[in-house]
Amino acid sequence: MSKIRIATVWMDGCSGCHMSFLDMDERLLELAEHIDLVYSPLVDLKDFPQEVDVTLIEGALSSEEDMEKLHKIRKHSKLLVSLGDCAVTANVPGMRNSFPVDSVLKRGYLENATLNQQIPLQVIPKLLPRALPLHEAVKVDLFIPGCPPHRDAIHYALSELIAGRVPDLSTHSHFGA
Amino acid sequence: MSPAVEIKTLQIDGKDVGARADQTILEVARENGIDIPTLCHLDGLGDVGACRLCLVEVKGSNKLLPACVTRVQEGMEVTAHSPRLESLRKIIVEMLFSERNHVCSVCVSNGHCELQALAASLGITHVRVPYLNPKLQVDATNRRFVIDHNRCVLCSRCVRVCDEIEGAHTWDHFGRGIDCRVITDLNQPWGNSDSCTGCGKCVHVCPTGALVEKGRAAGEMRKRQQFLPYLTLMREGRQ
Repeated sequence: MSKIRIATVWMDGCSGCHMSFLDMDERLLELAEHIDLVYSPLVDLKDFPQEVDVTLIEGALSSEEDMEKLHKIRKHSKLLVSLGDCAVTANVPGMRNSFPVDSVLKRGYLENATLNQQIPLQVIPKLLPRALPLHEAVKVDLFIPGCPPHRDAIHYALSELIAGRVPDLSTHSHFGA
Repeated sequence: MSPAVEIKTLQIDGKDVGARADQTILEVARENGIDIPTLCHLDGLGDVGACRLCLVEVKGSNKLLPACVTRVQEGMEVTAHSPRLESLRKIIVEMLFSERNHVCSVCVSNGHCELQALAASLGITHVRVPYLNPKLQVDATNRRFVIDHNRCVLCSRCVRVCDEIEGAHTWDHFGRGIDCRVITDLNQPWGNSDSCTGCGKCVHVCPTGALVEKGRAAGEMRKRQQFLPYLTLMREGRQ
């Protein structure tokens, strides 16, 4: 049986979901027999590959760059999974949503900065008006809530997908910790 | 001699049950091990049918009826669980999440929240309606407690416990529909309230992290609601 091509992506999140992924410890070795990790913050590859079976995305959709990436990822992924509360609900990144972007930037880069007070105009991607859950922009096939989702929930989801079944996360994970 | 008790017989989810005539569908269902989800209901407080989670189907009625405020009737055929009701209950809870800013992960009530638990028990893994992200106030003027409107679900438990049990009626509603808020006195800061006795009952009946004690970090706020049926019972005994 050929291996399943898996990608993981880190958008506007704290990397806690990836930590929880790594927290599967020795079970990662078992998983590695069935999956190929073709793209990830843990893999040194710059461009998202053409054909991916399952992509897990951590983090909310917060910038124009995220939006561009997300559409590309959706196009090249058979199954898209929202991993963790930021991807599922916008969570902490979404706490800026009741303020306009310019006052958020002003607060972060001017009022609270002691050195080089300036709002970045280059290199840093432009923020969207609101940080969004992924499914407000593209079709998402599976949701693993949790901050972070427990390693067992991630393991269960991947094991079911490897076995060719659709996992039912409703009893394995919930909003918050 | 106790006065004659009128007994009604009815069916809930196909199960034959007996009830006193003054009982609600919710009471009878729970007595018979049939769980109907609720959020605004709390044993020991009067019911108002605010959250709509306990809606049930009653044969012969084209409307859904809230089980907490619907009295039993002879021969009633009640459906408390059906695919239609499950799907309505899910979307009600999803809309509660979208209407305010419930960020479970950083909430003082994380892990001890009735809304969070309800979402989990209904199998909600995401919210299908867009989040509204309203800009809402946090009133920390009270010496010991905080009201965070971001996490309020307008269940009105605080309003009822303050009125019915404490007798102070500090809390009430203000505004309508999506603009509705709970307020203290005449929409004054809680810390300036003349009527508040500082008893904290409102804090402990609140199902979410909307009413909390000061000085709690994420996940540290546990509510103690056991006092309520006890208080009610003691008062009934004295009358």
